[in-house]
Amino acid sequence: MQLAVWTYEGPPHVGAMRVATAMEKLHYVLHAPQGDTYADLLFTMIERRAKRPPVTYTTFEARDLGKDTAQIFQDAAREAVTRFNPQAIIVGASCTAELIQDDPAGLAEAMGLPLPVIPLELPSYQRKENWGAAETFYQIVRHLGDKSLTRAPREGRKARANILGPCALGFRHRDDLVEIRKILSQLDIEINLVAPLGATPEDIARIGDADFNIVLYPEIADEAARWLERTFDQPAVRTIPIGVGATRSFIADVAELAGADPTPALGDTSSRMPWWSRSVDSTYLTSKRVFIFGDSTHAVAAARIAREELGFEVCGLGCYSREFAREVRAEAARCGIEALITDDHLAVEDAITAAAPELVLGTQMERHIAKRLGIPCAVISAPVHVQDFPARHSPQMGFEGANVIFDTWVHPLVMGLEEHLLTMFREDFEFSDEAGASHHAAHSPRKVAPATDPVSQAPVTDIPAPAFAAEPGSLWTAEAERELKKIPFFVRGKARRNTENFAAAEGRRQIDLDTLYDAKAHYAR
Amino acid sequence: MTAATLLDGCAAAQARPAADAPRPVLRERGQREVFCGLTGIIWLHRKMQDAFFLVVGSRTCAHLLQSAAGVMIFAEPRFATAIMEERDLAGMVDAQDELDRVVNRLLERRPDIKTLFLVGSCPSEVIKLDLAKAAQRLGAVHMPRVRILNYSGSGIETTFTQGEDACLAALVPVMPALPADAPAELLIVGSLPDIVEDQFLRLFADLGITRVGCLPARNARDLPRVGPNTRYLLAQPFLGETAMALEGRGATRIEALFPFGVEGTSDWLRAAASAFGIDPALTEQVIAPGRERARIGLSKLRPQLAGRRITFLPDSQLEVPLARFLQDEMGMVLVEVGTPYLHRAHLARELESLGAQVRLSEGQHVERQLDRVRADRPDITVCGLGLANPLEGEGLTTKWAIELVFSPIHGFDQAADLAELFARPLRRRDMLEI
Repeated sequence: MQLAVWTYEGPPHVGAMRVATAMEKLHYVLHAPQGDTYADLLFTMIERRAKRPPVTYTTFEARDLGKDTAQIFQDAAREAVTRFNPQAIIVGASCTAELIQDDPAGLAEAMGLPLPVIPLELPSYQRKENWGAAETFYQIVRHLGDKSLTRAPREGRKARANILGPCALGFRHRDDLVEIRKILSQLDIEINLVAPLGATPEDIARIGDADFNIVLYPEIADEAARWLERTFDQPAVRTIPIGVGATRSFIADVAELAGADPTPALGDTSSRMPWWSRSVDSTYLTSKRVFIFGDSTHAVAAARIAREELGFEVCGLGCYSREFAREVRAEAARCGIEALITDDHLAVEDAITAAAPELVLGTQMERHIAKRLGIPCAVISAPVHVQDFPARHSPQMGFEGANVIFDTWVHPLVMGLEEHLLTMFREDFEFSDEAGASHHAAHSPRKVAPATDPVSQAPVTDIPAPAFAAEPGSLWTAEAERELKKIPFFVRGKARRNTENFAAAEGRRQIDLDTLYDAKAHYAR
Repeated sequence: MTAATLLDGCAAAQARPAADAPRPVLRERGQREVFCGLTGIIWLHRKMQDAFFLVVGSRTCAHLLQSAAGVMIFAEPRFATAIMEERDLAGMVDAQDELDRVVNRLLERRPDIKTLFLVGSCPSEVIKLDLAKAAQRLGAVHMPRVRILNYSGSGIETTFTQGEDACLAALVPVMPALPADAPAELLIVGSLPDIVEDQFLRLFADLGITRVGCLPARNARDLPRVGPNTRYLLAQPFLGETAMALEGRGATRIEALFPFGVEGTSDWLRAAASAFGIDPALTEQVIAPGRERARIGLSKLRPQLAGRRITFLPDSQLEVPLARFLQDEMGMVLVEVGTPYLHRAHLARELESLGAQVRLSEGQHVERQLDRVRADRPDITVCGLGLANPLEGEGLTTKWAIELVFSPIHGFDQAADLAELFARPLRRRDMLEI
């Protein structure tokens, strides 16, 4: 048993729901007890869909167990087909139904329904949401893809591509797709199919018509793309166009497969990020320590942007999906650090505390960890909450995505000019440490002055203090402590930690002014 | 709570004399768009501040809790899930050992926990993991520091608020005994927001009823006493199991309307006062200021709601008393009142005021019920969050039901807030010009 307060991923059948909800004219008959319909509100509330997910739950109860749950499943399947008239259905079990062993696949097959029935085996006690989505999409493609298709020769027609991976409840999938379509149109490439988002089962049948595939989100589409590679001899582009450099590589890779001229796409002038990053106000971003955590695809892309396009120092990198840990480990090695592969948010919190970053890039969970630790944060990956399904266009991919990323990541930081002012005028009350940076207001609570009467205030035992906060009874002399307070609060934690490490390494028993400045000299960049 | 006791509960409830002529109820089975009982943890853990709720279930259970709890999940909450994995399903002995390990680790980390609930889920019920035995075994180890209890919040047995019922029913056997010769005591049953509970306690004190207990208490270890001289008053309509357990210990129920709106709250207080032999003149004097404040508050909202047609989809069992309030006091027209489970005895008085033309439904076949909503086109539909936006997308105004469980809505001083919850979506629909 694993003790969990929070999980980065839902169970695998939620992944299957994401694929079913993304598609049109496909229905999911899910053998599940009352209550599993909670997952509907992820789609209707977080993604704000105005339609119910196309899922029929069998809703068996305790009194049904051991007698007619199989019948309940068949009735539900028959009703769903009659009512919704889908082109195909997928059938499967949620975690509880997996235990009662009704075999939805066999039951559905025995019914002889007049449409394709795609059985799903999603082991709920071993696998998770992304795996469920990948497996579901793979099974749909494998069952529905028309293997008798032969592509017309390339001469005299445009190159054709499938875009694979965009899904329901995907972080910025809607807008990423807009950017990818724009690039393909600049390269004069025809889109054969986007899937699963917006595709019908009949569309999937002609998936073999494309010359190659573009895998946008490997967590969802890689499994299917590998099958297509084998079955239809379709090569795949696996470059993820998140960041300016990655977008350029993506354009080059796609153009090469399509035999197209990449120049028009590369010459796109909507890319403002390189200039923003070079402008002098961004100088202060140099070597800002950043901690990155999310799904593998977004974490790796973020690390590359952080290092090569914003001049940050990546002090932590990790992902919650074991299936894609290899890419994260490789990127971490390039950053000179060790990757953190875990789905335990407490381990992530410990790692963030230990790394003492100046910026955290992560999921909804890291947003809360960073808030607790008082560190600026931006969201780069699912799972995300409702505010990260915005009304405005905000892709992560392509050149516009890079613009969005620059703004999103830099806003929570103290901007260069503001940082300068804070340092210069820190004795002025408007710029005092306790006032904080204006951009922080929404993220970190104002520091509460210590109560004059310690008895009147109950100790907050629930919330563990960050390891780098001031500890009473430390080695610090009063004078050194006062000097430390003059250092701006957003670097003070690091200064304290460095000084203490330095003192420990030097074997000094007291931290006085000299130790403080010796340490500063020691750690000077 | 096992499936068998649940069914007995239904039978017992129906065996009692209901209204003179039992009104027809549309009973349906099919897909149910409702939460399971685990969701009760979200508000129960706020009420009982020294208790911790450990769900023994699957990743789905953990995912449900975090989806329902929203941002509350992050402030070192007092609930968690022991997620069963492949190896736990291999053999029973192993699962019990694993549970011991998880509980010991949890109690080590959280020395502030005084009561631990092991909460059963669908997976743990289906593999028949004996949580009662586990609670006993672990309780023996950790008493007196931690009391360990168990109940089931599984979807195969409980719907949404029934999770609270199962939890409170698990507390009843450990309530201290009130001696048979002790003076009569009043017990308010059902978790209420602290502010509402305090209002009621003040009113009872003004009436001269001083021995009043609340179940649940704010600290799970300060359980009220129960015995043959306990008269209990249900604050919530979803407490069938708890009521049976209390009667098993000799307590008797005070028959009353549920305390929603002016009339509901007045009736609830009057019933208690009369059971304790309070002079009716004093009762009227004590409740008069609250009645008047509530009447003024409601009078402003009545024009916005009067004549509007409303449908309730099943969710919390609050539907019948809320429908009664909206009809009798706000002049709304009831189209369909759906409830996940209809406790005929506890709701007998509420049902009397529902007109014969009101369609009463128990259980759910969500597709057929939505067909009826589309045919009826009520002005407002009360439903869960899985259905609210899709219905709005079809041009139907909705009120999401969960808010009714989380917001203070009982009593005189919340009557207008309660009405406002229904008036606001309608007003918003009229305001928006895009």
